[in-house]
Amino acid sequence: MTEKNVVTAIHDTLQEEMRRDDTVVVLGEDVGARGGVFRVTMGFLDEFGEGRVVDTPLDEALIAGVAIGMAIDGLRPVAEMQFADFSFPGFNQIIQEAARIRYRSNGDFSVPMVVRAPYGGGVHGALYHSQSVEAFYAHVPGLKVVVPSTPYDAKGMLLQAIEDEDPVIYLEHKKTYRLIKGDVPDERYTVPLGKAVVRREGTDLTCVSYGLMHHYCVEAAERLSSEGLEVEVVDLRSIFPLDIDTVLESVGKTNKAMVVYEDNKFLGVGAEVAAQIAEKAMFELDGPIVRIGGPHVPAMPFAPPLEAWFMPDVDKIEQEMRKLAEF
Amino acid sequence: MAKGKDLHTDLGLKEEDLLEMYRYMLMARFCDERQWGLNRQGKAPFVVPVSGHEAAQVGSAWAFEKGKDVFCPYYRDMALVLVAGFTPKDVFLGLFGKKDDPSSGGRQMPAHWGSRERNIITGSSPIATQCLHAAGIAYSKKLKKEDSVVGTWCGEGGTSEGDWHGAMNFAGVHKLPLVFVVENNQYAISVHESKQVGGRVYKRAEGYGFPGFEGDGNDVLESYRLTKDAVDRARAGEGATLIELRTYRHYSHTSDDDDRTYRKKEEVEEWKRKDPIPRFETYLKSVDVIDDGKIAELREKTKAEVAEGAKEAEQSDFPDPLSAGQNVYADLEVV
Repeated sequence: MTEKNVVTAIHDTLQEEMRRDDTVVVLGEDVGARGGVFRVTMGFLDEFGEGRVVDTPLDEALIAGVAIGMAIDGLRPVAEMQFADFSFPGFNQIIQEAARIRYRSNGDFSVPMVVRAPYGGGVHGALYHSQSVEAFYAHVPGLKVVVPSTPYDAKGMLLQAIEDEDPVIYLEHKKTYRLIKGDVPDERYTVPLGKAVVRREGTDLTCVSYGLMHHYCVEAAERLSSEGLEVEVVDLRSIFPLDIDTVLESVGKTNKAMVVYEDNKFLGVGAEVAAQIAEKAMFELDGPIVRIGGPHVPAMPFAPPLEAWFMPDVDKIEQEMRKLAEF
Repeated sequence: MAKGKDLHTDLGLKEEDLLEMYRYMLMARFCDERQWGLNRQGKAPFVVPVSGHEAAQVGSAWAFEKGKDVFCPYYRDMALVLVAGFTPKDVFLGLFGKKDDPSSGGRQMPAHWGSRERNIITGSSPIATQCLHAAGIAYSKKLKKEDSVVGTWCGEGGTSEGDWHGAMNFAGVHKLPLVFVVENNQYAISVHESKQVGGRVYKRAEGYGFPGFEGDGNDVLESYRLTKDAVDRARAGEGATLIELRTYRHYSHTSDDDDRTYRKKEEVEEWKRKDPIPRFETYLKSVDVIDDGKIAELREKTKAEVAEGAKEAEQSDFPDPLSAGQNVYADLEVV
């Protein structure tokens, strides 16, 4: 067991898996000589060589499309989109090709690839280094979309994603990279994709979130505990498959539900979670389903007050939790 | 015509190769004629014609080794996939959307070829996306030191797509065992080459650091010669090649298109006079591989084979509607 932050957990996991399985290759912009702009592949070029650590041309469609070809031919590519915001030139390859290849070939072909992408705001990244992209990808059947929030899950879910026979979009919140630390077992283990987890038990309301927001929700819940309000906090971990059962079980206990996400509130993950709670647990509810999400502006602005206005934070979450608990 | 004899011998082709190439060209042509007939009868809602492209496709496909090399075709490549192992029945199973359609079990539109068993990589409708898959597969083959060459085909319209550029660029950077074949039929649906291509397609290869060649796509032996050289280069570790084969499609883009709105009748007629099949027959006769009697016999036999394949496919089962929810994920039931 070693204490690590999220980015170190991802680095170490990928490195250990490349040592164990020589079909695993990484490709992306700056993943070689630079070791990735977030240092996720630091040292890989020296250890594994340029055949398996591919500094690609600056072309995200190429990164996605070449990874698909590699996966079809039996490699296990882990492609890096330098920022999730830059993944859209590769969107066509990911949603039209990777996602649909198993289906369109009636199971004859499959695409066991992982697309890693740092996402999310609060890091002064402005419009094009702050976006949350999970809803775009989770909308398309054929993809799995996961958002580990802890170093433990970062390791276990990355290994599961590499093992998965289908394409997995593996989203890493940039602000969690060095902020969030935790114990990581040294041995190899996997965490299933599609299992949410209750990280904090409570009785007064259920708060569903993922990524950085999950940590903010836990913090807000801790503050309210001193007031005698106990919030149950669910970390979704996986957007698709969506573990609605764990959410419903919790809502059945607390009878109140809120969803917190940093992506635009409109048609974001919270819309789906809220809809499923309404469909399946309407009569368990003692209050409205509350959603906290990003405002409907094109993306996160740069200046610190503007960024703070966009991002859900612990204070905002705490206020909304209190309001709902007292409803 | 003694020189003609030298031509195919120089290319390493035996008489039986020539006869097989000829047979596949006929097979594609007759499949096309049959599918148009079925379309007119209301039995086939959508047809992607191949007629006119048979020489470019059979000639280029012939340069690859079946079972070892990999094909990343586009939708017009019926003759190519026949060479790669599809039967006429397979073609018609796809046309009707039947359960046993090898490409997709009736899920995709006709002419979206794919078959793992035959090393034909599944394709989609967006243009030139397969070129990047071909680049990824070629990279993988090179990394694994497998003796395998990848071919990818598209039209001249496909060369405008970013994915084509990306694949060419990656092939150049990594000296991939990859052959790009562009079947330039001068029209991307209605848009003429003059509005599609700045400069010339084959010359672009130089900018990516590998050679490009142009050839007569209505000449099956020239199509073969250029592609064979490229495949040999790729196999020898000398990297990628671009080949532009000039040809023409005899019909509209698909059965939903009407080429009379953008092509002059005289132009179509002129190109039909350059039909690759009679042209190859002339060559075959000139080198005494075939005579008129044998041509008639082969045509009749191939036509019967195509008719039989179409009939069997028509009589076969549609997929079970409930199967439409399957094969979304390996390990999840989603419906």
